[in-house]
Amino acid sequence: MKGGVGDMASGIKIRTSSKDGLTTVRSIIKHPMNTGFEFDDDKGEVIPVYFIKEVICKHNDKVVLRCDWSRAVSKNPYLSFVFEGAIEGDTVSISWTDSKGLSESATITLK
Amino acid sequence: MNRRQLVKYIIAFPVLGSLLRSAAALAEWNVDAFAAQTEREAIDVFFPNREIIPSDAIKIGVHEVIENGAVVPIKIDADLPAVQSISIFVEHNPNPLIAHFDLSPECKGFIATRIKIGQPSDIIAIVQSEGKLYSKRKFVEVVEGGCG
Repeated sequence: MKGGVGDMASGIKIRTSSKDGLTTVRSIIKHPMNTGFEFDDDKGEVIPVYFIKEVICKHNDKVVLRCDWSRAVSKNPYLSFVFEGAIEGDTVSISWTDSKGLSESATITLK
Repeated sequence: MNRRQLVKYIIAFPVLGSLLRSAAALAEWNVDAFAAQTEREAIDVFFPNREIIPSDAIKIGVHEVIENGAVVPIKIDADLPAVQSISIFVEHNPNPLIAHFDLSPECKGFIATRIKIGQPSDIIAIVQSEGKLYSKRKFVEVVEGGCG
């Protein structure tokens, strides 16, 4: 099985839908989430463990969800949660930090 | 080194400052709990000396037979008041603590994600509500394991 070593950390997709004052957030983060158990057949070596450790989700400037993850969250992690109180024009942002200390964030505006 | 000296160092060496900041940002990631190799140890380290009450108010939404353990969609839905956190454990994974979520008061008691499950196992969800811990277990069959 091939892993995603060398995949550059890039890409957070965020989608939202709102109904009755509740906002559902669905996001996909591009990341290999290597467990350290996968074997790279081309290189003939084990792919080192490499995974997102922390994800912070904000409504405007307020943290609404903080995630601590292990390597057992699947490759290209999917995350969905529901919160209340957002209105049109507000922002939702998601940022992550991985086990190499790399990080990335993305922000969308609610319409 | 006293605090004043430390501040001087941080001013003098911005890289050190950013390292300290990133360390602070990750301070809550529980190294020992994530490294634990049994369900009991992971839960005891993560929730030391806490009573955990089994509850059917927590629903674990997951297929009972999983073809591909590398990508297992899972939803935790807790019909409990003021849910503060949701934690997911997989009993027979190499490290049973999979993920932990701290929810603000604005959040519903709901999380959906995708996880890896190595072999047939119980999934355990632990939910903190109004300061108390509640748990739910669900067994899943796994055809092909997903740890690599």
